[in-house]
Amino acid sequence: MTMSAAVAHQNVPAIEMVGVSVTGRDDLHAAVLEDVNWRVAPGEYWVIGGMHNSGKSDFLAMTAALAPPQKGTYRLLGQQMPADFTDQIRLRVGLVFDGGKPLHQLTVAENVLLPLRYHHTLGESANAERVREMLELTGLSPLAARMPGTIGRSWEKRLGLARALVLQPELLLLDDPLSGLDSRHLSWWMGFLDKLSTGHPLLNNRPMTLVIAVHNVLPWRGRSPSLAVMGNKRFLPLGRKPDLSTVSEPLVHEFLQAEEVEVS
Amino acid sequence: MAFTLITLAVFLTKRKVATEVTFPSIRIELAGAGLRLLPMFLFMSAALGLAVVGQAVSWMGRLGANSYLGTILVVVVVRELGPLLTALLVLSRAGARNAIDLATTRALGEVEALEALGIDPIHYIVVPRVIGMSLGVFGLTIYFILGVLGFGYLFAFLNGIPLRPSEYANQIADALSSLDFVILTIKSLAYGAVIGVITCYQGLAQPLRLVEVSRASVRALFQSVMACVLLDMLFILVYLFV
Repeated sequence: MTMSAAVAHQNVPAIEMVGVSVTGRDDLHAAVLEDVNWRVAPGEYWVIGGMHNSGKSDFLAMTAALAPPQKGTYRLLGQQMPADFTDQIRLRVGLVFDGGKPLHQLTVAENVLLPLRYHHTLGESANAERVREMLELTGLSPLAARMPGTIGRSWEKRLGLARALVLQPELLLLDDPLSGLDSRHLSWWMGFLDKLSTGHPLLNNRPMTLVIAVHNVLPWRGRSPSLAVMGNKRFLPLGRKPDLSTVSEPLVHEFLQAEEVEVS
Repeated sequence: MAFTLITLAVFLTKRKVATEVTFPSIRIELAGAGLRLLPMFLFMSAALGLAVVGQAVSWMGRLGANSYLGTILVVVVVRELGPLLTALLVLSRAGARNAIDLATTRALGEVEALEALGIDPIHYIVVPRVIGMSLGVFGLTIYFILGVLGFGYLFAFLNGIPLRPSEYANQIADALSSLDFVILTIKSLAYGAVIGVITCYQGLAQPLRLVEVSRASVRALFQSVMACVLLDMLFILVYLFV
């Protein structure tokens, strides 16, 4: 890539939605979110809060180009979706599902190896080295030969992360990665996400664009990601370090009240 | 039908894509729908050889109709029972495993996980299974027919039927035509493909919950049996009109 092309590439928003409606998996005609207007620049770190069944998973699936928007204009990494979709776009976007969704017929190491092998980006020895690095990075090395069903849900989430990262995506979408984690795993995830957002040495030191949908934003208090809230078919981008106590939007208050109930 | 055409299109357009992943998958499927079923087929060929060929040889000898033996064995074993029974036996083991595996895969959201990784589920999951199933049914059909004919003769021999092995083999060879070999190949490959496509379709093509896995699997087995029987009827028409 030339210098000017690289600069142009950096200026293209990772995500740009104008008047987008998102449908649910169960009913492809009913919108779970309407009129989403949102722009995510490369390297930004967004946390989207939404209560259970607010459409977070459907929103992330649409954002990852697994489903088309029902209405509106959506550009992913500068490409109009779904019109300009190519397999190459898919390789630039990583999606970590709620629970990791490992492939249960493959071992932990084979799960991480599969995307590398399928897209044959490297040779076999380089593949093995990359898998080893990813397992080391996510603490999965001792579990490499185990089957996913035997390692526990918290480690399955990390497996989903390792598998999504192995192709070194520019944009990483995570669906409720912290739900059900104990304090040790929670602390690891928060630290690791911070490292990804500032640039990890094993991932070319490039700040990764992160979008994390969660039902609880409390772990991010005191940190500096941009915040959005979703619910009642609405998506509200609040931006970086919003003072939530001064926001008059009912959706934000409803979400914060629900969080307080959950914590208490 | 649409799923069959999609599978065929993916097979043709992506036959050179990710062969490091798909070739080992085909080998695994071939082992599951072929090699690992050999002991079961050995037993079943002995049972069928005893029940059909042994009885036919024995009774035709008593009736003095030994000269029709080859024709009858070719019609019953080579053209009809061999391929159809092989297909149904493979369906009962590998087809059932396929349907349950894939329905569970779908219910656990692994198909979406593959799509998110840029891996085409039809290419990664369906194509190797259809190829493996087709080749498996073809290989087992040959093995099964030879086993039935061999065990049948053994049964007749042990019963003191005055029929030399060369006479038995010549009768069968004389009754076989080149069309039998062509149709046997096409038929057994088609049975395997039909079982592979239907079990994959019922497992993968629609969103499923875990509680729906058993129903989807039973549906896949029933539709596969019906499809194989219909296909068999189609091939009977070919024999009647060619």
